[in-house]
Amino acid sequence: MTDKVPSPSAPQLPPSLAANPILSSWIHLSPEGQVTLSPGKVEIGQGIVTALAQIAADELDVDIARVRTVRASTAGSPNEGVTSGSLSVQQSGRAVRHACAEIRQIFLRAAADRLGVKADVLDIVDGTISGPGNIRTSYWELASEVSLDRHATPGAVPKPAARRSLAGNSVQRLDIPDKVFAHPRFIHDFPLPGMLHGRVLRSELSHAALVELNEDGARKIAGLVAIMRDGNFAGVISETETGAEAALGALRKGATWSSRENLPDEDGLAEWQKAQRAELTVIASKAAPQPSENKRTIRRQYTRPYIAHGSIAPSCAMAQWNGDRVWVWTHSQGVYLLRADLALVLKLPVENITVEHMEGAGCYGHNGADDVALDAVLLAKAAGGRPVRVQWSRADEMSHTPFGAAMTIEIEADLDAKDEIVTWRHNIWSNGHTARPGRADLPTLLAATELAKPFPRAIATNPLRASGGGADRNSIPLYDFPSWQIESHRLTTMPIRTSALRTLGAQGNVFAIESFLDELAAERGEDPVTFRLRHLSDQRAQDVIRAVASRANWKPAKRDGTGYGLGFARYKNTGAYCAVIAEVEGADDIRVKRLTIAVDVGEAINPDGVINQIEGGAIQATSWVLKERVRFDHARITSDSWSEYLILRFSEVPQVQVELISRPAMEPVGAGEAAHGPVTAAIASAVFDALGVRVRNLPITRERLIAAMEQAS
Amino acid sequence: MPSIRFRLNGVETDIDADPDQSLLAVLRGQLGMTGSHFGCGVGECGACNVMVGDHTVTACDTPLWSVANKDVTTIEGLGNAQNPHPLQHAFIAEQALQCGYCVSGILMSAAALLHRNPHPTDADVRAALDRNLCRCGSHNRMVRAVLRAAAEMQAR
Repeated sequence: MTDKVPSPSAPQLPPSLAANPILSSWIHLSPEGQVTLSPGKVEIGQGIVTALAQIAADELDVDIARVRTVRASTAGSPNEGVTSGSLSVQQSGRAVRHACAEIRQIFLRAAADRLGVKADVLDIVDGTISGPGNIRTSYWELASEVSLDRHATPGAVPKPAARRSLAGNSVQRLDIPDKVFAHPRFIHDFPLPGMLHGRVLRSELSHAALVELNEDGARKIAGLVAIMRDGNFAGVISETETGAEAALGALRKGATWSSRENLPDEDGLAEWQKAQRAELTVIASKAAPQPSENKRTIRRQYTRPYIAHGSIAPSCAMAQWNGDRVWVWTHSQGVYLLRADLALVLKLPVENITVEHMEGAGCYGHNGADDVALDAVLLAKAAGGRPVRVQWSRADEMSHTPFGAAMTIEIEADLDAKDEIVTWRHNIWSNGHTARPGRADLPTLLAATELAKPFPRAIATNPLRASGGGADRNSIPLYDFPSWQIESHRLTTMPIRTSALRTLGAQGNVFAIESFLDELAAERGEDPVTFRLRHLSDQRAQDVIRAVASRANWKPAKRDGTGYGLGFARYKNTGAYCAVIAEVEGADDIRVKRLTIAVDVGEAINPDGVINQIEGGAIQATSWVLKERVRFDHARITSDSWSEYLILRFSEVPQVQVELISRPAMEPVGAGEAAHGPVTAAIASAVFDALGVRVRNLPITRERLIAAMEQAS
Repeated sequence: MPSIRFRLNGVETDIDADPDQSLLAVLRGQLGMTGSHFGCGVGECGACNVMVGDHTVTACDTPLWSVANKDVTTIEGLGNAQNPHPLQHAFIAEQALQCGYCVSGILMSAAALLHRNPHPTDADVRAALDRNLCRCGSHNRMVRAVLRAAAEMQAR
């Protein structure tokens, strides 16, 4: 007997559903008329709760008001890994759509049995199943008889796009009223009964050793429950939050630290990166079909700094021990992944740990959410079974969370006698772009490196290319150059902690590729839109560029002190297509006046939600480009407050116009990270158009403009 | 502990607390009102904004003693689902947020603006919100929502 091997054309379950095939783990229908949706992805301000409810309501034929979403928990939710990479709709959405399509069929068959008719004469309207002669039943009547504790099968066919009534239409996000009326939704706003407050003592020095700790002052503070110390990890627990703050302040006065980390020179980062030990990966290599003449070579170097996530809320978590079991409440992006790392640190089986998600502020990647969860678990050990809530300070949030990695990118092009590109070489020097928990046998949580028996610090790595890559994300051009060589040098030292920040390496790579193309087009005296279209055979790519050019009336007449620039990318080369035209003005300080954007995300489940995400990404990217740079000296991160780490303010925000190209029959892909790279490139090229100065080192501040002018002259 | 008296969302409130504590700590702690959010603790982000009289203050660095005998309005006093303030209504209509953590502070800054200037321009709104930080990039939607609320209040 041989195993049955499915033929390549056999229908397959969406990956998330294949990994979590029990239908009841996704959907529950109640006799009371409610649909409970239990996805493994979590709300991080991207509107996923609403998009998934739209999909479920559509496939099941119920009113969206009946759909309630429960928060992800290792106690029972499907394990969908991490909510990141603009994959929520792509992964969870497909699984929910497929599961609901099958559940609809299961209920239709059950209804047919009960009513004594064939299933194909029945129709479903808001959960009521009816047929000829006024026969009827409903999901709710059948709910207690039909078990969904069964495996999903690949056969179910979701509705065609034309028959969906919700997906594809803008619906109001389900979480917004709570947030506007200040009903508690955030983890920060949920006091548990008997809850204590914890604070962790961390030095302003990076990776410091706690040499001495005098606890006398802290012991005198009213409300103190415990002081905890384990190696370089120290903290307090108090009956009240103000008591915890006061005790922490007193403990800080009694602490002596020594520096153990030598940070690089912030003004010589590119040289430093190129001199570090690194692991080399050839990302792509393409040989030309026939050799062509190389007349000259142009080489340029582009850099971006370390960038902070800068969530408006400081990281927060709660934990409660019960014997050798612990319950953790967290705004982590991956409850199962966090649980895996907690198990490593605590040396407990994963079954002893329950990790439950609660909403936090927008995180934009791997910030301190997971770190503070371990802090809470460690402090709660001294709480005698009471829950402990730990919240970081703004300074810790800005200096001890991982940053988006600084990048140095060098691109070289060989040009033929007609100045056409014949070879393209792209080299990246950068730390890895992810050190998320739960992926290795070494925990990546901050406190794990601070304990008396410390775990070594996990050096950030890069996701595989199949997952979109890390430092190399979007490094392979979408343009049809005859040959190329793309290489990534991942640093194996990490004095400044790095991990996932929105787009990983894509923002840096798109900035470099698109800036370089703009330079080459300028060199040739060719219009940058024409130049790109000439090198793009992908129709959807051409369409977004044409759409944005038309929307922005490319190219508007030149006025003094005003400039226009174009940027384009398909996120991860497999996701959303996005083209941007930036209009900037200014001389010393650059102001981005307007961003015109065309985007194609395939099927847009919630079009206004997509536009909201694109606008947000575009404004955040503008902030990165004009303002943001993590500052440090040789011992510490110095940009540890909003007055040291500047972000874009209301008066500085550009107008943003988004045109969504509708493709209802195409697979939906995420929108959250599509705009960052193209916006970055468009602004940089617009600055060149306005001032004739090419800024190749982000951010484009007054100092960098002056430096670029000096270099040019 | 001394008792401090102030009007909180129109209700006379007596509180026994250290007068040097921040207003935010008292609101979120003793009074259990978690609508005003902690963001930075030093008045740099606006997530904790409340109104004292007609003016916006950052509650995180406003000492409790300084609001004695004054009117304090928090997001909880602005309106509710049954009886929303035009700003709340407009923020929903414009879908003017992503994560929403900064929103309660922004609504309070906007409420103070509309109180002193019922006909703000786009630039007026941006100036009034300039000390509030939003990291998701929802700024333009928020500005539109404030202008919409102003128009709605005018039409009443």
